[in-house]
Amino acid sequence: MSGGHHSTDSLHTPLDTRVHSIDATVKLVCLCGFLLAVVATPSRAVPAFSAYALLVAVAAVGARLPLKVLGRRLLIEIPFVVFALALPFTGSGPEREILGVSVSINGCWTAWSILAKATLGTAATVVLAWSTRVPDILHGLERLRCPRVITAIAAFMIRYLDVIVGQLHRLQVARLSRCDNPLWLWQGRAVAATAGTLFVRSFERGERVHRAMLARGFTGRLPTALTGREPLSWFPAAAWPCAAWAVALVAIMR
Amino acid sequence: MHIPDGFLDAQSSIAAGVVAIGATAASLRQAGRDTLESRAPMTGLVAAFVFSAQMLNFPVAGGTSGHLMGGLLAAVLVGPWLGALALTTVLVVQSLLFADGGVSALGLNVINMAFVPAFAGYGLFWLARRVLPASRIGVMTATAFAAFTSVVLAAAAFTLEFAIGGNGAAPVSTVAAAMLGVHVLIGVGEALITTLTVGAVLASRPDLIHGARGIEKQAQLSAVQA
Repeated sequence: MSGGHHSTDSLHTPLDTRVHSIDATVKLVCLCGFLLAVVATPSRAVPAFSAYALLVAVAAVGARLPLKVLGRRLLIEIPFVVFALALPFTGSGPEREILGVSVSINGCWTAWSILAKATLGTAATVVLAWSTRVPDILHGLERLRCPRVITAIAAFMIRYLDVIVGQLHRLQVARLSRCDNPLWLWQGRAVAATAGTLFVRSFERGERVHRAMLARGFTGRLPTALTGREPLSWFPAAAWPCAAWAVALVAIMR
Repeated sequence: MHIPDGFLDAQSSIAAGVVAIGATAASLRQAGRDTLESRAPMTGLVAAFVFSAQMLNFPVAGGTSGHLMGGLLAAVLVGPWLGALALTTVLVVQSLLFADGGVSALGLNVINMAFVPAFAGYGLFWLARRVLPASRIGVMTATAFAAFTSVVLAAAAFTLEFAIGGNGAAPVSTVAAAMLGVHVLIGVGEALITTLTVGAVLASRPDLIHGARGIEKQAQLSAVQA
């Protein structure tokens, strides 16, 4: 992880756009439909990928997502970019000389496909996270029949994530101020001692939260996050997966 | 390695999603769906711990840095079912909110990073604990063995998925050699950190460790004697 994960606060930005106002349930379904179309597209259908990029761009512009934010959040796929860049040299099949180096043509296409699909997938997901509040995403997952226990665990995790990360930071500062800043393998011990303490503190915090909830009358049943079951309006969000599937089917048939 | 969208084909991504949903349902049943709801705060905090423990980067030779994956660690600390559920939650949140790991590849990532360590890894831990003496050293040795193996098994699962759904992007033998080679090294790091972390918890709150039940009495006795 490239250290980009710090807080869930920095992910969502409340704005008043058409994309922000789409129901989270609809957005989740449309995102999955769109991504499956992207993944199912053969790698040599370059025009199809341009069409997908245009669709993502329309959504990103509609949600007023700054290019800088998108660029920074795309950095997360770097490990697979490295993997993809190795493929032209390890791939099989016919080879061609480019700048005096022989590269596999199949390998090049696969590398292109991985880069294009991963970038489209990451960008589309960044638009979702940018334009949707976290409770709305959890609510959407619940409406899609995700077990309530999972969304409840996720809700507690997100609620306390900043606290635990802050605790981690304080543990590290405390360790450094004890002049405990080892190099090489001895770091392992320091990291592990920090992780061990962090676990004990997280667990004890969980116990305290649970006991506080019991004191406030928690009976073991969590209140549902559902406020209402208003019907979902699929227009215009459904245009994205439908357009993507139309493009994908044309690309597959050809 | 969080697999992004489009790394493997659509069929294998969907199949992996179905398997992951089944395994999650089984874990929910085993963890006790009803009691689990009352333990949601606890499990959520454990998930937050795994999430932040993965941020503990430490530089490895050559300018790269490694971090804990934490699958086996969570399973040893809170048991395989809760551990698998905590990791699944972490992966879902990482994928949907942080775009780390493709949404369409979520099933693959959940299998590799939640269920392989929690089920296969914890199974090996359990077997090792039966062979080894019921002591602090025994628990730590079993943890080291299972943590190392769980990382190698996760790499093997990735290679298998690549062989099925990778559309021959690269020779499977090359991918297998590269993945297993790299993950043997990562596994050593994971084993070291996981074992020392379990050791640190054993020293302070042995009663909290699910995988060390039965030895806390001895630990407390020796602490009193010391």
